[in-house]
Amino acid sequence: MSIFPYLVAAWLFLVGLYGIISSRNFVHITMCLAVVQSSTYVLLLAIGYKVGGVAPIFADVPVGTPAVDPVVQALMLTDIVVEATVVALLLALAVQIQKAAGTVDPDRLLELQG
Amino acid sequence: MNRNRRHVLFFVSAAVLFALLAWGMHDLPPFGHYRGPYGDLVNSATVYERHITDAITAVNFDFRGFDTLGEESILFMSVIGVGTLLRRQTKERKKDDAGESDELETRRAPDPSDAVKVITLGLVGPLVVYGLYIVTHGQVTPGGGFQGGVILATAPLLVYLAGDLKTFKHITSHSLVELGEAAGIFGFVAIGLLGLALGGQFLRNVLPLGEAGSIFSGGTVPLLNLATALAVAGGFISAIYAFLEQTVEMRMEGEE
Amino acid sequence: MLIMQVAILAFVAVTGTAVVLTRDPTNQVIGLSFYGLILALMFFIYQAPDVALSQIVIGAVALPLMFMLGLSKIRRNEQQREELKSKQKQEKAA
Repeated sequence: MSIFPYLVAAWLFLVGLYGIISSRNFVHITMCLAVVQSSTYVLLLAIGYKVGGVAPIFADVPVGTPAVDPVVQALMLTDIVVEATVVALLLALAVQIQKAAGTVDPDRLLELQG
Repeated sequence: MNRNRRHVLFFVSAAVLFALLAWGMHDLPPFGHYRGPYGDLVNSATVYERHITDAITAVNFDFRGFDTLGEESILFMSVIGVGTLLRRQTKERKKDDAGESDELETRRAPDPSDAVKVITLGLVGPLVVYGLYIVTHGQVTPGGGFQGGVILATAPLLVYLAGDLKTFKHITSHSLVELGEAAGIFGFVAIGLLGLALGGQFLRNVLPLGEAGSIFSGGTVPLLNLATALAVAGGFISAIYAFLEQTVEMRMEGEE
Repeated sequence: MLIMQVAILAFVAVTGTAVVLTRDPTNQVIGLSFYGLILALMFFIYQAPDVALSQIVIGAVALPLMFMLGLSKIRRNEQQREELKSKQKQEKAA
């Protein structure tokens, strides 16, 4: 049980990677990339968790109560917002590829040279 | 290499990687027994040293504020990339000017019903207030610049959903959006330089720390929250508008 | 509490696999939105409310929105291309 969250993170990473290499559509690839990024969230969350800990907000609990790690949560927070803009950039690339080459299939792009 | 060979190669290497990861994970601290000292140190220091009750906002904007500046610059550059990639090329503009707009008759969307209009337009005000609430209370309760900025960025979409395309275009193509985004990043750097000038270190917390639990606590953190919210909201509105731009043009031409 | 933690992790793994195995992008966007919501629930159960707030707003609203917009643009470009091709065929036949 104690390594179950880490195994889930590794599983999500590999499943997303499988989706990327076996995909026939650029938009599908971008969504699988979102799954791969979520595997890092699971890993970070699992590292910082403390059994019996509360959320690290001390507005209503006294300061000494054991709380989970706030540093990894801060990392995840900015990461989620940046992920959305990177996905937007990849989607814009996919739209331009469709306009220029007529297809969003990565396998067929090698044939449509020139 | 063809597809099947690629799949076989992937499955072999994925199995090896999974085995390596599982072997390496046995040495991690067992789940639930957090060992490291840094988290406990931050938890005990935020309220007394910085008068901030939300430890995550303190880490994001005070203890590790420089990392947040890096993340915001990634956001900024991605938005520039989206705007550049989706700009209207000259041949598209010439086609539209010549009147050869290739919109099918069936693509014109129907006007939304009155119920939808009332609900969406009625929710715009509360949504903006809610977004501002989340931004300003970032140092007291869960929230902060990032979450509040994205909530604020979805407010113009309600206008689009209500079918009011002219107002939507007026809001999102206004130069204030780009100005706000640039002002957000610039404000972050300016506050950092203020810390450098008054305290000797970039992004040092130099303003008076208020009382823990009130909005004006934490010195520079409320200002950094506002700057981040501006940057994130402006960035998301620009990105979404870049995607929606040609759709809006087609629909407006169909209506007139 | 322990049962809820194990169950939500298993649910996340299954939903992630489902998102990857859905091939049609339009269907996958709905699955991605649901996956974002389940992730936010997981963050909440693991005592991370700030991250859950961020994930709900982005993963269930902003991300599917951008995907839908991108997909509609791609579909319109495809339709324009096909119209152009059929026009050229008619001109050749005539």
